[in-house]
Amino acid sequence: MGRSAALHPVYFLTIVMQIVVNGENTAVSEGITLTELVGSLQLAGQRLAIELNGDIVPRSRWPEVHLSGGDRAEIVRAIGGG
Amino acid sequence: MTQAQPTQSLPDALRIAGRSYASRLLVGTGKYKDMEQTRRAVEASGAEIVTVAVRRTNLGQKPGEPSLLDVLPPDRYTILPNTAGCYTAEDALRTCRLARELLDDHRLVKLEVLGDAKTLFPDVTATLAAAEQLVKEGFEVMVYTSDDPIIAKRLEELGCVAVMPLAAPIGSGLGVQNRYNILSIIENARVPIIVDAGVGTASDAAIAMELGCDGVLMNTAIAEAKDPVLMASAMKHAIIGGREAFRAGRMPRRRYASASSPLDGTVA
Repeated sequence: MGRSAALHPVYFLTIVMQIVVNGENTAVSEGITLTELVGSLQLAGQRLAIELNGDIVPRSRWPEVHLSGGDRAEIVRAIGGG
Repeated sequence: MTQAQPTQSLPDALRIAGRSYASRLLVGTGKYKDMEQTRRAVEASGAEIVTVAVRRTNLGQKPGEPSLLDVLPPDRYTILPNTAGCYTAEDALRTCRLARELLDDHRLVKLEVLGDAKTLFPDVTATLAAAEQLVKEGFEVMVYTSDDPIIAKRLEELGCVAVMPLAAPIGSGLGVQNRYNILSIIENARVPIIVDAGVGTASDAAIAMELGCDGVLMNTAIAEAKDPVLMASAMKHAIIGGREAFRAGRMPRRRYASASSPLDGTVA
């Protein structure tokens, strides 16, 4: 049950790997960076925090952090709460 | 945190972690119909500190949908990320660390570690453990706890910047259930005591403030009112009224009447 919505057109026909984003299996291009992942999920420009395999990755490092198959990313945001 | 103001310019300011606030009402942002209602209710409440939850981004979200922090910009409000929904100290720590990254090294957090889904009472032992670790990591911890004066003091001693005992269970709207415990907590405290949870209507908020609480944090009482924006305004006035009554010092209670009009010069 892979997610194909995350596949950015630019990467279409490139080699695909499976990662887990927010608990969902997601197909992305091989070696994609966190910045590219955020873009491919149409989340660019939003205020987010990312945890990769249990460790927080500061926003400033997103462009340089490349993902590997099987990586687990959590992407969070602020929502209404009490 | 740009809303921090010099204390001198704010008579009777609420001071938390070195910052001053004119409003003693803190509000949550959950359970509203939509973002616009959230914005209007928060605006009407006059609150300067607003809580938010940290959750997984919805991957199916359409781009361009307004996000909460667009509606409640962090340069205007002090955003207080919470650890709602966390049942272990570890989950609460993880949530706070994510919030810190999310909000650009933001250190002020609302810690809550829940013990039970039915009552949403805090797990106080896990709360103590999480508070200790968060303080070590440099967080400014506002902590949700039970109305137990001993635990409240322990949390203060651990370095929490505000202690927030419940008035009644979260979302119950039952009002302050144990005034004497809240009073004991206030009397022993050196940090702000903010009643968090259980307020149902304006008089409940006024009672908390008349007891001497430094503030009240609420969400459901406003969001589940038939007219949330009007209730937000009612709460604003209740908090101000209750605070002024506390500062004014109430009259003593008497068993029997005491006439208000002079008895001299009556015509009869």
